[in-house]
Amino acid sequence: MIDWIQIFSNAAQELISPTTAAYALAALGLAIHFGYTGLLNFGQAGFMALGAYGYAISILSFGFPVWGAVLIGIAASVVFALILGIPTLRLRADYLAIVTIAAAEILRLTFTTNTFADITGSASGLQGYKGGFADLNPIPSGTYGFGPFTYNAYDWWIRIVGWGLVVLLALVTWLIMRSPWGRVIKGIREDEDAVRALGKNVYSYKMQSLILGGVYGTLGGMIFILPRSVVPANYQTSLTFFVYAILLLGGAATILGPVIGSVIFWVLLSFFSGFVARAVEAGWLPFMSQVQAGQLRFILVGIAIMLIVIFRPQGIFGNKKELAFVK
Amino acid sequence: MEPTQSVAKRSPRRWLVLLGILLSALTLSGIAASPAMADTVSTEDSTEEFEYFFTGNVTFDDEPLEGVRITVEGADDFEAETETDAEGRWRIGVPEKGEYELTLDEDTLPEGVVVAEGQATITSEFGLTKLKAVNFFLGEGQRTTTDFGAQVLIRFINGLNFGLLLALAAIGLSLIFGTTGLSNFAHAEMVTFGALMMLTFGVDLAFPIWLAIIIAIVLSAALGWTLDAVIWKPLRRRGVGLIQLMIVSIGLSLAIRYIYQFIYGGSTRQLPGATLASDIHLGPVSMSWVDLASMITSVVVLAAVAYFLLRTRIGKATRAVSDNASLAAASGIDVDRVIRIVWVMGAALAGLSGILWAYFRPGVSWDMGFQILLLIFAAVTLGGLGTAFGALVGSIIVGLFIEMSTLWLPSDMKYVGALVVLILVLLFRPQGILGRRERIG
Repeated sequence: MIDWIQIFSNAAQELISPTTAAYALAALGLAIHFGYTGLLNFGQAGFMALGAYGYAISILSFGFPVWGAVLIGIAASVVFALILGIPTLRLRADYLAIVTIAAAEILRLTFTTNTFADITGSASGLQGYKGGFADLNPIPSGTYGFGPFTYNAYDWWIRIVGWGLVVLLALVTWLIMRSPWGRVIKGIREDEDAVRALGKNVYSYKMQSLILGGVYGTLGGMIFILPRSVVPANYQTSLTFFVYAILLLGGAATILGPVIGSVIFWVLLSFFSGFVARAVEAGWLPFMSQVQAGQLRFILVGIAIMLIVIFRPQGIFGNKKELAFVK
Repeated sequence: MEPTQSVAKRSPRRWLVLLGILLSALTLSGIAASPAMADTVSTEDSTEEFEYFFTGNVTFDDEPLEGVRITVEGADDFEAETETDAEGRWRIGVPEKGEYELTLDEDTLPEGVVVAEGQATITSEFGLTKLKAVNFFLGEGQRTTTDFGAQVLIRFINGLNFGLLLALAAIGLSLIFGTTGLSNFAHAEMVTFGALMMLTFGVDLAFPIWLAIIIAIVLSAALGWTLDAVIWKPLRRRGVGLIQLMIVSIGLSLAIRYIYQFIYGGSTRQLPGATLASDIHLGPVSMSWVDLASMITSVVVLAAVAYFLLRTRIGKATRAVSDNASLAAASGIDVDRVIRIVWVMGAALAGLSGILWAYFRPGVSWDMGFQILLLIFAAVTLGGLGTAFGALVGSIIVGLFIEMSTLWLPSDMKYVGALVVLILVLLFRPQGILGRRERIG
């Protein structure tokens, strides 16, 4: 028989899981790029990888403290954004898409290659960087919580930091999008030439937006690795596509959209995979194996992306007037 | 995970310390120190689970040779490699008791030492034990393959072959972009589709090869027709924006790719004739007749496409639509029909490219098209988005660049070079090699 309680409690755990927070951060960054500025950044996985590797390598290879490692990660992503932006921000949107996707792959391949195995751990990745972060934990050790939300002190610490960051950055985003800077950014999305005619340096604004959203993605990448290890295979192009699915689900040009989108995405995905896996176990779906049940979710994500973009391009929370797909 | 490799270049003393630590770690954990490097990320490389081992000793004149690379290849696309330690010993774990091909990389041998003629690759099987000793016989001599000029020639031919098959896929992508403005990320899945159909008909249903190829290409063309009829034409009618269309194609790509995995599983399988011996020798280059046939096919088909675009009415109409769709429509060209033809042709070319790619890799797997999608995009962008002949030039440059770069770059970095070149070209000539300035605006 199907263990419904287990399925629901697994799905409920995704509500506050650090992974959900990490994706929410990455999606928030993408909202700045795509939703507000209209930049087609398909390299968010690269920014996340820089956060993950920047943090882990600073600690493992150079023995940096946590704050130093975070700064290194952010600095790396700023440099990455500059390298991406300089050749492409003057060109048409799809050039940025191709260059960012290529750059993210360059990063992943560089992290995967055996040539730098001493530093990057090549395909098996890195672990053992969590000590410094765990030492900052003010929560006395023990187990806290109720029901499905029972975690030890370290797990709570990750969740508090992760979601704290989400709330903080959502607030920051809300404030800057109301500021004159945000109005220029939205103007660029609507009509670049009009903004240029007003004497604004569109190129520079786009670059600032690319850097800012990239830093969000980098911070997301750091939260992402705290409950697990750094594995280069996690930073494939599909990661970017998942973040896009979250963003489009919630609404591209909204603050709450990426956050709620991430929660909905992960809860539904967990519920669905849990249900299908158990249903296969119970023999309800005789044509499917356990492995196939695991692949079904990717098929569903793909179809969901298509349907949202076609039938509700503004997402759940979006406003049809504020659409990033103007061109 | 990969101690034997990472320490190869260090000084001997640190080496010994590390070796000591390593050995004690080994005895403690009982885990083998053989690095398993799968070439695709989807394959799990869990050395700890392996219980079967190949082992051996590489010595020359009773002197152990350090840092000699040994690779092992087996069923299901399994690949692993290791290097000999200071005592010339090596050891590789493999997942199952089966037949494996072990290769000693001659380039890693010291100057003046070679493997005995024809012995660099040894096929070996396990006996009753879980450990199998494999020995390579070394001798003095000069290798012919180390000759740099010959290496360049071999890489050049390989690169040309790869570039030509990329071109088949890239031309379709470029024409679709030119006529509809869509950056079709699902093109990769059309490439995979050809190979999968070939696998289904050529291997599972055991049709003769030529028939299986024809069926695979016809079905690919049918896929292109269906995609346009079911998805893209209705979306064009709705007036959906280009960026929306692009994201739809990303969703489609994700869905189709995992449907392939759902149906065909995650393993890599071989097409008939993929493992033929390389018995055609042209100077230092030796290739199998499949390689040769692959190149000839690409050239013939590309020439046919060029003829179609330059000389036939429909081909001219295609270029007209690609240049300016509204003007073409105004002068009486049925734009929707041209787009339909482009989709069918693009899909058929992509399917053929998939079959050739399956022979080039070699192997058919669910994500094989996605592995070269970025290279196809790079080729199209290099040549100039939307120009068919630009795609051809771009593909050949990308193919040559990737293969030639392995002369200097480690082979797992070869795609990096091509992608870096893409970014550099955009920096200096954003319209691509054959593109026109106004397209980039």
